[in-house]
Amino acid sequence: MSVRRLAPKELQPATFAFTPENLAFAQKQIAQYPAGRQASAVIAILWRAQEQHAGWVSEAAIRYVADMLGMPYIRVLEVATFYTQFQLQPVGKKAHIQVCGTTPCMLRGAGDIIDVCQHRIHHDPFHLSDDGDFSWEEVECLGACVNAPMAMIWSDTYEDLTKESFNKLIDGFAAGMPPKPGSQIGRQFAAPEGGARTLIGGGAMTRPAIELDAPKEPALADGDAKKPTKSASDRESPAPKAPAADATKENTPSGSGSKKAPKK
Amino acid sequence: MLDDKDRIFRNLYGLEDWGLEGARRRGAWDGTKAVLDKGRDWIVAEMKASGLRGRGGAGFPTGMKWSFMPKDSSDGRPSYLVVNADESEPGTCKDREIMRHDPHLLVEGCLIAGCAMGAHVGYIYVRGEFIREREHLQAAIDQAYAAKLIGKDNVHGFPFDLYVAHGAGAYICGEETALLESLEGKKGQPRLKPPFPANVGLYGCPTTVNNVESIAVAPDILRRGAGWFASIGRPNNVGTKLYGISGHVNTPCVVEDAMSIPFRELIEKHGGGIRGGWDNLLAIIPGGASCPLIPAADCEELIMDFDGTRAVKSSFGTAGVIVMDKSTDVVAAIARISYFFKHESCGQCTPCREGTGWMWRVLNRMVEGRAHKREIDMLLEVTKQVEGHTICALGDAAAWPVQGLIRAFRPEIERRIDDFSRKASVDDQGILDPAHMVAAE
Repeated sequence: MSVRRLAPKELQPATFAFTPENLAFAQKQIAQYPAGRQASAVIAILWRAQEQHAGWVSEAAIRYVADMLGMPYIRVLEVATFYTQFQLQPVGKKAHIQVCGTTPCMLRGAGDIIDVCQHRIHHDPFHLSDDGDFSWEEVECLGACVNAPMAMIWSDTYEDLTKESFNKLIDGFAAGMPPKPGSQIGRQFAAPEGGARTLIGGGAMTRPAIELDAPKEPALADGDAKKPTKSASDRESPAPKAPAADATKENTPSGSGSKKAPKK
Repeated sequence: MLDDKDRIFRNLYGLEDWGLEGARRRGAWDGTKAVLDKGRDWIVAEMKASGLRGRGGAGFPTGMKWSFMPKDSSDGRPSYLVVNADESEPGTCKDREIMRHDPHLLVEGCLIAGCAMGAHVGYIYVRGEFIREREHLQAAIDQAYAAKLIGKDNVHGFPFDLYVAHGAGAYICGEETALLESLEGKKGQPRLKPPFPANVGLYGCPTTVNNVESIAVAPDILRRGAGWFASIGRPNNVGTKLYGISGHVNTPCVVEDAMSIPFRELIEKHGGGIRGGWDNLLAIIPGGASCPLIPAADCEELIMDFDGTRAVKSSFGTAGVIVMDKSTDVVAAIARISYFFKHESCGQCTPCREGTGWMWRVLNRMVEGRAHKREIDMLLEVTKQVEGHTICALGDAAAWPVQGLIRAFRPEIERRIDDFSRKASVDDQGILDPAHMVAAE
């Protein structure tokens, strides 16, 4: 657990109100849940409040959201302080950098990244840099362990970082030209460096034909069925090998309909 | 190695279109109506026959879990399907690839699972850090609605609404009852069980919580037949599995392969080998941070599945392998995991709230050797007092890595303590000085 408190009074804005777009978003979120369960939308709505107000949640926003959802103030305050992605104090104007420091990232050099933050931004997390443009924190797992070390800025993750590329990343945000999100060494998402070693033939080509006792569902949606989609032509042009025959022999054991005629 | 044709997640690396058209090309949404038309009993029986065990870490048979849902609602309470996409454990990052590159498998799986348990509404709870992933998933759901694949009046004839809910950075919300609390708009503090969610879950209604991967493999299992799935791997540990390989390997990656793959094959084929060669291996954590580590000696013959990892006193978890080579400061690595659990404890139960911090502080001193040797046993004793004495399994999860460390690396901890005392000068106030203790904390 960590103790998290709201920012001091002098930093708190007096009022908070959603923009019309965000209000519409909030109404849509509330509609996802059964009547009387509008409290379920509180996290999604607080996210919006945070995005609207310079990346942090103020006391006024908490009261506003509570009023909107008919929740006691304390319940929304609980939520805002319990969930650590809600920032409770002002964050950097250009970037609030969240560096993952847990073991998988640590093993691959998250310490260096944190070092850079301490030298370039502020020694301590959650403090603004001198110009107010940057702030940083060490977070507990951002969920891209195979692309470690990594950092998250606003909605995007920057992966496979080194000291150099991380410095460049900060430079990019300072200049208002952030680099492309994702792997900074050109990896294809979570594939091994140097290219995927599985699924090399592409996903669609090797798919075994699927057999079911019942006839195929009659129609796709609306006019879709009649449109010659890209998929059909893609599948037919390169080497029309017959995956159905071997695949089913190997893959479909007795009892799941392998004896039926292949579908049309 | 698993054949490409036996892989379920064919767009794992995002090489193709993740949208509806691409998903259809890969076979998603094919024959879904035929599956649903066979009825919920058939689906549940087929899932049971497939031998699929939950992919979220505990390994509970998915088919059996589905069968716990009430057949019909006598009191008017609806049933809910909740998908746990709050994947937050260090080392685990498989569901992310499903949500951003093959979201339609998950959407289709939700429809089928909903049908199997009579739930007409599903919620997918995505962890707060996965912002782009949630957007992909939402877009896929919107596509499915637009194509009338799901929704009140869809082509499959089973009314089903699916919504995405968003977390905000709390690991504990991956625990199923904490997730339900969070979905209800509260702090994510786990509930006491019983009553189990299948009786009293979301909003007090029958609810089943499943991992993303468990749900996303369901359509392919039902399409290709339970026997196909059950023929991969070894008995009790069947099917295909997404493995995440992180840490000190040459090419970390996420990959889908068969259950029960030998660990060495997994690392050599997909991970590109241990950094500095196989002999440079120190230890691994097999399935996310909560699993006890396995020293290199036991990795030689290790089979990556539920039973194989249990045989070496660890657990399979989510198959997110963290590899540590000999350059690793293993005590510091486990201390960092302890800090993670300290940070993520919800604070509800005293043994966990106080114990996780205590374990971290002691481990932190042991990193530099500032401790007594008897404290090793004391630490072990405390982990036993945390384990099993909390509402949810976070206490256990915090205790296991520490127990694993002491089991495998006690000589290393003792060496550091000896080293520290040898270097201590007369002026050094030593480890008993409260000021030093506080400074270390």
